[in-house]
Amino acid sequence: MSKTLFEKIWDAHVVSHPPNSPAVLYVDLHLVHEVTSPQAFTELRQRGIKARRPLQTIATMDHSTPTTPRGADGLIPVTDAMAVTQLKTLVDNCNEHGIPVFELGTEKQGIVHVIGPELGLTQPGMTIVCGDSHTSTHGAFGALAFGIGTSEVAHVLATQTLLQNKPLTYEIRVDGQLQEGVTAKDIILAVIANIGIGGGTGHVFEYTGSAIRSLSMEARMTICNMSIEGGARAGLIAPDETTFNYIQGRPHAPQGADWDKAVAHWRTLPSDAGATYDKQLILDADTLAPMITYGTNPGMGMSITERVPDPKQYSDNSQKMALDKALAYMDLQPGQPLLGHKVDVVFVGSCTNSRISDLRLAAEMIKGHRVADGVRMLVVPGSQTVKRQAEAEGLHKVFVEAGAEWREAGCSMCIAMNGDQLQPGQYAVSTSNRNFEGRQGRGGRTFLASPLTAVASAINGVVTDPRTLVAERAFEVTPV
Amino acid sequence: MEPLKPFSASLVPLPIENIDTDQIIPARYLKVTDKNSLAEGCFTDWRQDPNFILNNPRYQAGHILVAGHNFGCGSSREHAPWALKAYGFQAVISTYFADIFRNNSLKNGLLPIVVDAETYQALLDLAEEAPEAEVHIDLASQTVTLPNGQKASFPIDPFSKTCLLEGIDELGYLVKQMPEIEAFEASHPARVQTAG
Repeated sequence: MSKTLFEKIWDAHVVSHPPNSPAVLYVDLHLVHEVTSPQAFTELRQRGIKARRPLQTIATMDHSTPTTPRGADGLIPVTDAMAVTQLKTLVDNCNEHGIPVFELGTEKQGIVHVIGPELGLTQPGMTIVCGDSHTSTHGAFGALAFGIGTSEVAHVLATQTLLQNKPLTYEIRVDGQLQEGVTAKDIILAVIANIGIGGGTGHVFEYTGSAIRSLSMEARMTICNMSIEGGARAGLIAPDETTFNYIQGRPHAPQGADWDKAVAHWRTLPSDAGATYDKQLILDADTLAPMITYGTNPGMGMSITERVPDPKQYSDNSQKMALDKALAYMDLQPGQPLLGHKVDVVFVGSCTNSRISDLRLAAEMIKGHRVADGVRMLVVPGSQTVKRQAEAEGLHKVFVEAGAEWREAGCSMCIAMNGDQLQPGQYAVSTSNRNFEGRQGRGGRTFLASPLTAVASAINGVVTDPRTLVAERAFEVTPV
Repeated sequence: MEPLKPFSASLVPLPIENIDTDQIIPARYLKVTDKNSLAEGCFTDWRQDPNFILNNPRYQAGHILVAGHNFGCGSSREHAPWALKAYGFQAVISTYFADIFRNNSLKNGLLPIVVDAETYQALLDLAEEAPEAEVHIDLASQTVTLPNGQKASFPIDPFSKTCLLEGIDELGYLVKQMPEIEAFEASHPARVQTAG
C-alpha cells in the first residue's frame, strides 16, 4: 500500500497500540530547554525515576537568556533573578540525569531549533520532540518533529515514549518559482493566511512541489517552523540531495559505511507515488508577493501591497469581533495600506529566521545603507555557531556599521522574556513567528515578515516592499 | 491525579476566536520552576482593562470558561492550563481547541469541552442573561446540562476519559509499558548519541 512520508515514520516508531488507547510512540531525539522542563524533572524526582535515555536527549538555554553583549569576563550577564534560578535548575537537572547541556554563551549554545540541525542531530526519518511548539522546524529534514507539553516532557524523559493519537495528513503543494525579493518566509505566511491559524489542527503538513524542492535546507526550516501557526503540530519535507548535502560532515552525522547505510534508508522515506492525503492546498509560487501580517495572529496576513481588511466583510460575528479587536490593538484602520507605516523596531532573529543564510541575506540588503533615524534594529544570531560564522564572514561589521545591534544567540525579542522587548505602542517588523498581543512585549505591535522586508523597512524607517530595494541594488537573492 | 467527578458551575463568557496561550499566560510569567504560582499571570494583560470579563463582578463566581473557536492556539506551554486551573477554572467550553492545549489540559484535569455552534451560542446567551446560572458537567455520560434541562453531548477520546474518571496518570501507564519499550529498543538501535 502506498504510504506518505509521515505514515512511514509513524509506523516505524509505534511501540504498541492497544485497542481504545493512543499509540505508544518511540522518540529518537528529545530536545530540552530551561522554560518547559523544570516541572517535568520535578515529576521524575518525586517518583524516583531517572531519565531513561539521557544520550538521546540534549539541553540548551535560549528562551529566558539575555542576548546582551558579554562582559569583561567573557560571560553573558544574567541579571533577572528568576532567570538565574531557571538556568541553574536546568544545569542541576541535566547533571543529575546525565543529559548533555549547552550552557549560556558556550560554544554550541543557541536556539534549540537551530542547534539540532547544525549539529547534525536532526536526521531524516527520526521522531523528535521538544517542549516547544516550533519543534516542527526539524520536519524540514523529513523527520516527524512536534511540540509537546511539560507533562509529556516528563513522559519522554522517563520512558523515551509518548502516548499519541495518529494525526491526519495535509499536503501543501507549492509549484513554480519565487520572484525576486520573495522568500520562504513569504510562502509560509501565504499558506497560513490562506488556511487560517486553525486550518491544520489535527493534521501533519507535508510540503511538496517544485518551489519547495528548490529551497535550501535553511529556507525549508523557515517553512516547517511555522507549521504550528497554521495549527499543525508537525510539517514535513521529503529528504533529498539538498538534505543529505546539508547533513554530511556535521558533528553528529553518520560517517563512513554508516553514512551510506543511512542515506540508503533516507531515500526510502519520501511519500510513495499514489499515496493520498486527507486534505490538500495548492499554491503557485510565481504569483506570491512579499507577505506581511496586519493583525494579532499569524493568519492575519496579506501581500505587502494590499490594504488592511474591513471587519464588515465578515458575516460571522465572532470573526468580525476578532478582527475588530486585532485592529484596535494594532491601532490600524480598515482599508489602510501598511506600506509607509512607521516602524520603531526591526528584529532579525528567532528560530524562524536566524540562521546564517538569513543573516547573509539581511547583510547583503543593508550593506551601504543605514538604519533609519529613530529605528532600533536588532540582529540576533540563532546560535553561537551561527554567530561565529557570521563574524568570520564580517557580517557583524556590516550590521554594526549600518547602525544595528549585533547580539548574542537566543530567542530574544520573539518571546520577550529575556530583556529584549518592545515598549507599549511600538511597531516592529519582525522575522519571528508570532504577532500575538504582547508577544514581543506588553502593548507592542508586530508585523511579521521576511528578513528582506524587515531590513528594507529598517532602511526606510517605514514598512517597505523589499522588491523596490532589491531592484535598485540589483543583487541576486539566492537561496543558500 | 484526583478522579474527575461530575460538577456544576457557572459560566464566564469570552466569545473571542483564536485566543492564544500568550494571552492566557504571557511569556514573562514562564520563568517559574513550579506549577502553582501562575494565577496572577492568567489573562493578566487583558485584566488591565476594567471592562474585561474577569473584572466584571457578575462573573466572579464562574468556574467554566466559554471561549471562541480555536482556543489555546500558539505556544505549547503547559503553563496555560496550569494558570487557568490556578485561577479557578475547572473546564473550558469552545467549538474547537488547538491540539497541544487540548492535550495539556487533559493531563491536568482541566476539561476541554467541544460543543456545536448552537450549544455554544446557548451557553453564551445563558451566561449573559443569568450569570449565576450553573451548568452541570458529567464526563461519564459526556454531557453538559443547562438549567432548563437542555443537554448537549461532547466528544472525548476513550483513553483520556478513562484516565480522568479513574484518576489514572499517563506517566504511570507508560512506565507499565516498559517491556514493550525495551523490546522495541532491542530491535531499533538509537539513531543518534548526543554526547561528544
